[in-house]
Amino acid sequence: MRSKRLVFNIVYNLCVFAIGIAMIYPLLWMLASSFKESNTIFNTASSLIPKQATLENYINGWKGFGKVSFTTFFRNSLFISVTATFGTVMASSLVAYGFARFQFKGKKLLFTAMLLSMMLPAQVLMIPQYLWYQKLGWVGSYLPLIVPYFFAIQGFFVYLMSNFISGIPYELDEAAKIDGCSYFSLYRYIIFPLIKPALVTACIFSFIWRWDDFLSSLLYVSKTAMYPVSLALKLFCDPGAASDYGAMFAMATLSVLPVLVIFLIFQKHLVEGISTSGLKG
Amino acid sequence: MSARRANPHFRAELKKEGKKMNQIRRFANQKHTAGYVFTLPFIIGFFMFMVVPMGMSLYYSFCDYDILSPPVFSGLDNFRHMLTDDTFFQTLKVTFFFAFVSVPLKLLFALLVALLLLKNTRLSGFYRAAYYLPSIIGGSVAVSVLWKRMFSSDGVINSLLQMVGINCTVSWLGNTETAIWVLILLVVWQFGSSMLIFLSALKQVPASLYEAAKVDGAGPIYRFFKITLPLLTPTIFFNLVMQMISGFLAFTQCYIITEGRPLNSTLLYTVYMYQQSFEFYNTGYGAALAWVMLAIIGLITLVLFATKKFWVYEGGF
Repeated sequence: MRSKRLVFNIVYNLCVFAIGIAMIYPLLWMLASSFKESNTIFNTASSLIPKQATLENYINGWKGFGKVSFTTFFRNSLFISVTATFGTVMASSLVAYGFARFQFKGKKLLFTAMLLSMMLPAQVLMIPQYLWYQKLGWVGSYLPLIVPYFFAIQGFFVYLMSNFISGIPYELDEAAKIDGCSYFSLYRYIIFPLIKPALVTACIFSFIWRWDDFLSSLLYVSKTAMYPVSLALKLFCDPGAASDYGAMFAMATLSVLPVLVIFLIFQKHLVEGISTSGLKG
Repeated sequence: MSARRANPHFRAELKKEGKKMNQIRRFANQKHTAGYVFTLPFIIGFFMFMVVPMGMSLYYSFCDYDILSPPVFSGLDNFRHMLTDDTFFQTLKVTFFFAFVSVPLKLLFALLVALLLLKNTRLSGFYRAAYYLPSIIGGSVAVSVLWKRMFSSDGVINSLLQMVGINCTVSWLGNTETAIWVLILLVVWQFGSSMLIFLSALKQVPASLYEAAKVDGAGPIYRFFKITLPLLTPTIFFNLVMQMISGFLAFTQCYIITEGRPLNSTLLYTVYMYQQSFEFYNTGYGAALAWVMLAIIGLITLVLFATKKFWVYEGGF
């Protein structure tokens, strides 16, 4: 009986392990290719270990396009992701507090609007929003990539946080109110610190989404010097570009690195966020 | 600073300002107004970034408009044009095929792997991470670029096939039969987040049900189909709706990997919409396409909800 169980365990682990390797194989291949000499990548495609590891791809790739290096692209991406994340988390927590703690006329309607905005996909909005931003004179700047997020337009986060706030005992609010707390300081000093787990989850998801976002930068950013990393990577694919695949793999590897690090550090938060609220990864 | 504060004139002004601020503060702090104040960012954002653009695009969808010159009202022309636009029907066909094949496959994998990972071992954490990782970075341009290279005729897929003895030199992306499958595979590869949702739902199934069934002599397969699966149907339904919607809206992968080639055999709807609006400058037509897309997604969601009562178990435990 015991040996049967042992065999089962070994077989089980082997199977799951093999599937796991297959799952991350493409990423391993990307990593391996980035260290191979550029002209040997496809001759030795089936091997994961480079014959002669080289950093040349990273050096060549980092030079970027024209006179713009990847230092600029990464700085742009970081700027967009961090400001948009800051905006969306702050605004969403405020709005979530409003939804969770107050009764007012039209609240139901507003809440429905929020749920609807959650359903409305960015791709359907892309043309109308483009035309609107063009009217506002925002096209060609970072404004369309940042400003909307300061208005809590990501219903997911509002929903997540207002659920979280509803779980906080109302007695806390009442006690603070008796002590003369205004609603804003109540939010600032009591609610905000207490919803930290939800804030962290929102921060992680927002950052990853903004970092990977391609469509809106494709629409609104036109100058190469303003490109985020995602758009810059696309340049490697353009037919006109001399295809240095080694450099492409090197920069692609670097571009997933921030997300990877976040994933490794905050894995628990991510898993919880997905399994409790169905946020998409 | 203190010198300025001591200045009586300045102090009076400060007081006046303070009074005004106090009034605003008191107003904002009333119980029935505070709700509006806190939700104000969303109210403004909703109008500025959703309602107004949607209204504009509704108007433009009835216009002949190319961004450069002002729109000219043309009635139903854009919608009539769709009926004669072969590419439009082609993209619909491709998109439906793409969504209806990739989403069920993805969910099937997610469910199978979730069942595998239900067993707690020392390596569970690692496995979960390995399976989940692709879905967290799968939407990025880096992965699309990688995918494109993997399936090129001299890419890693063909090399691996050659290693196991299959002499394959197919250009996966150059072939009208196979190109769409490359995109589908990329979607299926990202089953991680659905898997996590399944996993947490599986863990909530009460063990007492299984024990009772065991006592009654039900085997593992019978238990799966009579207990596990019915209790999972609400989760499956939720996943199905969410993934279907995002399946219909896939953009980045297609735009970077194939751009619809070869012969429009992988031209997804959103990419066509993008091309019409921003490459051919038929923005009015693009707006009309967007509304049709919205209608299609709404319809599919409705149909899914209508089928709910036939297969989704909502009785609780």
